[in-house]
Amino acid sequence: MNALKRSLKELANYPSAIGGGIIILFLVFLAVYAIVTIPYSEAIRLWRGGEEIWGDNPRIVPPAWTNFFRRAKQPETIVLDSRDPADLISKTVTEISEGMWDVVMTFDFDYNYDAFPQELNVFMNATFVEKGPFVSMFWITPDGREIRLGEVTAKRSETYRFAQDERLLRRLKGVEPQIALFADPDKETPTVLKGKYQLRIDAVTFEENADLEAKFIAYGKVHGLAGTDHRRRDLTIALLWGTPIALSFGLLAALGTSVITMAIAAIGVWFGGVVDELIQRITQINILLPTLPILIMVGTFQSRSIWVILGWIILLNLFGGAIISFRAVFLQIKESPYIEAARSYGASSWRIIFLYLVPRIIPVLIPNLVNGIPAFVFLEASLALLGLGDPVLPTWGKLIDDARSNGALYNAQYFWVMEPAILLMLAGLGFAMMGFALDRVFNPRLREV
Amino acid sequence: MRYVVIKLISLFIAVTIGVYLTILIANMGGYVDEILKGQIRESISVSISMDPTKKNLTMAERGRLIDELVALEEHRLGLDQPFLLRSFRFLGRALTLNLGRAQRMASDSGSKLVRNIILERLPPTLLLMGTSSMSLFFITLFIALFLSRNYGSLFDKLVIALSPTSAAPAWFYGIFLLLLFAAVLGWLPFGGMVDAPPPESPVDYGLSLLRHLILPVIAWLISGFFAGVYGYRTFFLIFSMEDYVELARAKGLTSREIERRYVLRPTLPNIITNFALTVIGLWNGATILETVFNWPGIGRLIYQAVGLYDSPVIIGTTVINAYLLAITVFLLDFIYALVDPRVRVGSGGPRS
Repeated sequence: MNALKRSLKELANYPSAIGGGIIILFLVFLAVYAIVTIPYSEAIRLWRGGEEIWGDNPRIVPPAWTNFFRRAKQPETIVLDSRDPADLISKTVTEISEGMWDVVMTFDFDYNYDAFPQELNVFMNATFVEKGPFVSMFWITPDGREIRLGEVTAKRSETYRFAQDERLLRRLKGVEPQIALFADPDKETPTVLKGKYQLRIDAVTFEENADLEAKFIAYGKVHGLAGTDHRRRDLTIALLWGTPIALSFGLLAALGTSVITMAIAAIGVWFGGVVDELIQRITQINILLPTLPILIMVGTFQSRSIWVILGWIILLNLFGGAIISFRAVFLQIKESPYIEAARSYGASSWRIIFLYLVPRIIPVLIPNLVNGIPAFVFLEASLALLGLGDPVLPTWGKLIDDARSNGALYNAQYFWVMEPAILLMLAGLGFAMMGFALDRVFNPRLREV
Repeated sequence: MRYVVIKLISLFIAVTIGVYLTILIANMGGYVDEILKGQIRESISVSISMDPTKKNLTMAERGRLIDELVALEEHRLGLDQPFLLRSFRFLGRALTLNLGRAQRMASDSGSKLVRNIILERLPPTLLLMGTSSMSLFFITLFIALFLSRNYGSLFDKLVIALSPTSAAPAWFYGIFLLLLFAAVLGWLPFGGMVDAPPPESPVDYGLSLLRHLILPVIAWLISGFFAGVYGYRTFFLIFSMEDYVELARAKGLTSREIERRYVLRPTLPNIITNFALTVIGLWNGATILETVFNWPGIGRLIYQAVGLYDSPVIIGTTVINAYLLAITVFLLDFIYALVDPRVRVGSGGPRS
């Protein structure tokens, strides 16, 4: 116990241990936060969700805080829903003639950004028995112009996409609606006219109890803490949940491989002879096994679940190169007098191996383990980059893969690559820095140089 | 000579076991069988549809005929035998590089033989990996020597502090480099090996190749540099603290001579082991690095084959990979034996 305390104290002398420790603590905190706030099943459901969950988000936009560094403020998404009394300014129903009612809804919103929105949509839900309401929409700009938008006969669920309305496009002289509707008409280059805009939805219903609910969305160009991807998903979820996955994957793989190889090395050294010879031969073969291609085959043919891959990684590293260094240390320990003493009072082989040999190797094992973690964290990301990421779990590697395969680098969507990459880098650096310091604390020979 | 033969035999056994394991893994989903059965059915269907004497058979009759012939052929090839027996036949075929035909992919010259596809992709990989590992090796060695001379200097401390950055693989830095030099600055290409279309004159071709080489090689250098320098430097320092080095210094030898004779010489085996490990790591690292940089080598071939589920190609590259690893290990063991006289005595090689 005292030795451990002393080691910890000594560890505090290394800046790299403190830096690594802070990073690791931060990541652990992030992981715990992710697990507590978003349950596992919920994370998977959200990440696999489509338009029904993410329909209100813009497509591939950077995080909202990037506005802080920009002179031209990019718009955030504006959602106005007639079911939400705070959004709806007025909704009136008047009977215009026998069997015809006029439902008028108006939405007001302020638009004070310097850039145009990404896309404009109105989602409508109509309740009726036989004939759906006839809907016409109008756009009122801050300077009082009224622009007629499109007309639709609403089905039970109807989407009006401004940019796909050919007639509107013709009326706006070919300028895309999300620009033309917000532009100042007096300026040559399209400039946003700031102020209060109004959308009026005028629905003529043909039944007594028919009704219409509408949701207007002006998709922004920034979103949330982390931005969104090509499927409108909020990246925060993948970034958060990638943390516990990366940490547990790295830790389990490092723990599994180093503890088992150590046990095998101990057994080989203790029993010597044929057993030792056999273990050494297997180690030589194992070094020759092409690990990554085999993992690729497992991913292609068997399963892409990262837990299956984790099992294979441990299996492929059972007789890994670490055995050589463990073996060298064990050979030294085997000759120590206390082992001799244990043997002379008749301790069993297993007792000597696991109670006397193994504990002595912990100074070698711990740095080895901590140094191994980054390699496995990056291995998971590497597999994801090859398209062999886990199909259901959101991981950092999969984010980078998504970004790359959707051309994020070419299209200057750097946030999409940088966010997961920075987290990966942090995880790799944190454990490598800690391992570096541990190496020096536990192996005093290194300290001299 | 005896050493070489024993080494070769033990390596061959290792490769055999490696390839056999590959076959076992690949067969878990019965994929190797499906490759073969698919090929048989395809060739028989084609030969029957080409046969003019069988033109007026009905669809059902033709189907029955195909089934019969397929069963006959499967029997002839032993596909109805238990897997254990067949796995050894696959092993023989894989070891003799008889890798079969690709399901979907083809080489640029149009061949569907897996061997041709792989052979075509081998030179780019060798070029990229050879350049990267050689430049990394010499640069780290040179700087490590320099640092061991200036032990404790600011630069020395900086390299030690930065050595954890080597935890990230080359492709990771590759993405950052692409972002900076290709996307933001636009100085260097996003990937590939030469411009499209390839330049006509050999000089332009070479220059274009060089331009495309810069980023992947730098990515490889960044990821290996600090840990490499740190490792070599530590070796040099340990050895330059030996008494005989002190003696040489006392004798008044120049530091160049001391380095050459008394520091480099005894660390050579360690340096070579380190180099061997880098080269072995390289065959794995190449896959992702090539994918990130669209480099048309074996690594990217694996990536494409995974995307197309082209199992003969995946298995073929794994087999080639095992062979390449074995050749690397053999060559390095051989050099090792040349450099370190102690190794030559034993028969088991440096690791025993």
